Amino acid sequence: MASKIKSLLARGSAVLTAAVLGLGLAVGPAQAGDAPKPVITKAVKGEQCVEDTEYMRKNHMKLLNVHRDKTVIEGVRTPKHSLKECINCHASEQTGSVAAAKEDFCVSCHSYAAVKIDCFDCHSTKPQGSAAMHSLNAETAHYKHKLASQANAKVSAEEMAGIAK
Amino acid sequence: MSDMKPMSDNTPSSPERRRFVGAATATAAGLAIAPGVMLIEVAHGRPEDQPASSAVRWGMLVDATKCATGCNDCVTACSTENGWTPVAESKHPKQAPQWIRKLELQDPLTQMETNLPMLCQHCAEPPCVDVCPTGASFKRADGIVLVNRHTCIGCRYCMMACPYKARSLVHESLNDTQKPDVPRGIGCVEACTFCVQKVDRGDGNTACAEACTAAGHNALLFGDMNDPESEISRRLRELPTKQVRADLNLNLGVRYHGI
Repeated sequence: MASKIKSLLARGSAVLTAAVLGLGLAVGPAQAGDAPKPVITKAVKGEQCVEDTEYMRKNHMKLLNVHRDKTVIEGVRTPKHSLKECINCHASEQTGSVAAAKEDFCVSCHSYAAVKIDCFDCHSTKPQGSAAMHSLNAETAHYKHKLASQANAKVSAEEMAGIAK
Repeated sequence: MSDMKPMSDNTPSSPERRRFVGAATATAAGLAIAPGVMLIEVAHGRPEDQPASSAVRWGMLVDATKCATGCNDCVTACSTENGWTPVAESKHPKQAPQWIRKLELQDPLTQMETNLPMLCQHCAEPPCVDVCPTGASFKRADGIVLVNRHTCIGCRYCMMACPYKARSLVHESLNDTQKPDVPRGIGCVEACTFCVQKVDRGDGNTACAEACTAAGHNALLFGDMNDPESEISRRLRELPTKQVRADLNLNLGVRYHGI
């Protein structure tokens, strides 16, 4: 009796294992297809980054943090390790930005790694003089135009009084 | 005030005289004081990798007697340089940033009108820095009072502490309309930076002062108040100037003449 139960159990576990393996084989490839690898486009300008590519992949945030404090607090604005230079080189040719579209340089990796960055709440995602460099950078160009058209407009007396108060 | 005008034109501070002095210093500044060492380096540009130095104190002289009624050029220049939306264009004028604003004041007894721009006074003893709970509000070595947006939590305590209402909060997302040189964003307090990006570049002038000079008013003069040879120090020696709310003893970086 006992041996019968044992053999039954053994057969059952074998069936279960096979089922799990089979399922695993069936599901495996589908899961791998769910998370697309980040698109890493080569920088538009330049051949080599300011540090080795491998080093930058792991440590760019450390370099940026150190340089950030030096710039804001001390006023040191060397281009090496500055976010502005990252953007100048890595802005995509299509969007003119490092974070406007899904496949842009910063966003592509960060969404793959599920690391939220808030750099671009404050920092521009586009290089300087981008209106001329990138045809699709219409947003900033429009803004400039708006500002220029405002150059001779005057604030009304009521508004001025409100401000003065 | 109109009585004073002809008199002041005869004093050494007349525009002709100043232009001459300016040209003379420009020539002198280009002279080499030693091989490879130019006087102009003392005046503004510091090497890119050198931090801002406390040997310099940036300041501004506002000549309210020259500030024109209805002229808004300094405000427009500031918004263009720094990328903030002017009040007139803002969807929410009461929340609109005002790094610099024009004030028109009238003496109720004499009806005398005074025009002046009001901006961050870049105090030597800034109350905004005293009250900041995170240390985000700080004074740079060269006297420029700034907000470190990386540590600002948007509590707006500094806005309440500032006697000049010079600061404002960014209420809404700016949707990538910022200038690459001037990061600013939602949830952070901001104010006039004395065009710190231009100062660090070595321009030695602010957008508002440049615009005022370009418009021919010459009411704004920016420079190093620690350098006795600078134009601003010379003018401060010659002209009677006032600090707004001098009673607070904050030692302001912006001085007014004619108020």
